[in-house]
Amino acid sequence: MDRDATADVNAPHSMGTTIIGVTYNGGVILGADSRTSTGLYVANRASDKITQLTDNVYICRSGSAADSQIVSDYVRYFLHQHTIQLGQPATVKVAANLVRLLSYNNKNMLQTGIIVGGWDKYEGGKIYGIPLGGTILEQPFAIGGSGSSYLYGFFDQAWKEGMTKDEAEQLVVKAVSLAIARDGASGGVVRTVTINNEGVTRNFYPGDQLPLWHEEVEAHNSLLDILNASSPEPMST
Amino acid sequence: MSSIGTGYDLSVTTFSPDGRVFQIEYAAKAVDNSGTVVGIKCKDGIVIGVEKLIASKMMLPGSNRRIHSVHRHSGMGVAGLAADGRQIVARAKSEAHNYESTYGEPIPIKELAERVASYVHLCTLYWWLRPFGSGVILGGYDRDGPQLYMVEPSGVSYRYFGAAIGKGRQAAKTEIEKLKLSDMTCRQGVIEVAKIIYGVHDEAKDKTFELEMSWVCDESNRQHQKVPEALLEEAKAAAKAALEEMDAD
Repeated sequence: MDRDATADVNAPHSMGTTIIGVTYNGGVILGADSRTSTGLYVANRASDKITQLTDNVYICRSGSAADSQIVSDYVRYFLHQHTIQLGQPATVKVAANLVRLLSYNNKNMLQTGIIVGGWDKYEGGKIYGIPLGGTILEQPFAIGGSGSSYLYGFFDQAWKEGMTKDEAEQLVVKAVSLAIARDGASGGVVRTVTINNEGVTRNFYPGDQLPLWHEEVEAHNSLLDILNASSPEPMST
Repeated sequence: MSSIGTGYDLSVTTFSPDGRVFQIEYAAKAVDNSGTVVGIKCKDGIVIGVEKLIASKMMLPGSNRRIHSVHRHSGMGVAGLAADGRQIVARAKSEAHNYESTYGEPIPIKELAERVASYVHLCTLYWWLRPFGSGVILGGYDRDGPQLYMVEPSGVSYRYFGAAIGKGRQAAKTEIEKLKLSDMTCRQGVIEVAKIIYGVHDEAKDKTFELEMSWVCDESNRQHQKVPEALLEEAKAAAKAALEEMDAD
């Protein structure tokens, strides 16, 4: 994969990404990193990859930014009409199926992997993974994006059925931060969205507050700061 | 109530001066003259029963079904013109199938009823279509529990605890009102519906009839199916016995 050392700013925006969705006892937690890249250039280092479809259903987007945005716009529109017709909130299953239909029927043109998560009164918290070709799979947890490659083994070991909300949130943040450490196409901050019968809560974990993993060094102030330093010693440790 | 709408009844796109569309009312008459169809909602499901008037002794029992399955979880009993009824059922099946293909879950009964009603109503809007000469009683069991709807030729659809259409509907409705449906299981409901249908059948005016019944309940695993042979026979026997008791007075 030989790329120019110079950034190709005209390359399509893609979200290398790490996206995660987990169910817990009472709802779901969606998590994602925040890096959107244009070739090697980070076009947006604080993007929000967790997008709302309805009051009770959110999705994590990965792959082509444009493709995933257009799919989520269409599904939001269809779900809105569906809610009006039905007279009650749409279920997570319906939202996921609408995403799947678009992904599958346009597989030749789209390049987007989506995780649908939400809560409805019939099934409770549910996660559906819809990878590239348009398969739909209901799972207790789902991972996606380029960073997810580094998380398969982690989840095999760390995932448990019936976690509490806090346990699940810690798991998601830890997982995204591990993926960010290893995947160049993932980075920035960690965003999470928690959905349960009480509603929706968003959380934000700044990149510099994430734990450091193997061989990661502590962040320190830029050496350029010495230009403004009052100390006479130009290079104090 | 037989008023003739002279002059204003030639087309379904004509209103009479007092705001009625006579063609639709005439379509309803076709339903009123057909064999009775009864539907009740019990605490664990729906029971539908039909008084199937037999036109000829040479017909095989069990043919010319008046109750049709629309989807795994729902069924319809039709009254009125049989061919029209078949169209309505076909449309309902199609709507149910398309909904599931698109949304990935079985169509909610409320939604199904609205779509069927919408379709029936459609045919009352254009001069080049005639209204359906049949009404249906739609019963189904979805994630919101058992539900019963009735769709009339005008396109109106309401949700009911108990409904009846056809010749004996007045008497049937009176009988249904006497029942305590919220305490009744479908097993008991089947017996009651059989009694009602046998009760409203007019021996003098009509030919013989065949009792056709279906249910969708917890016992049938929430699938719409014909009432099992054994239970049907039990119901028929109980109904005949109840009749004799009445006659004996």
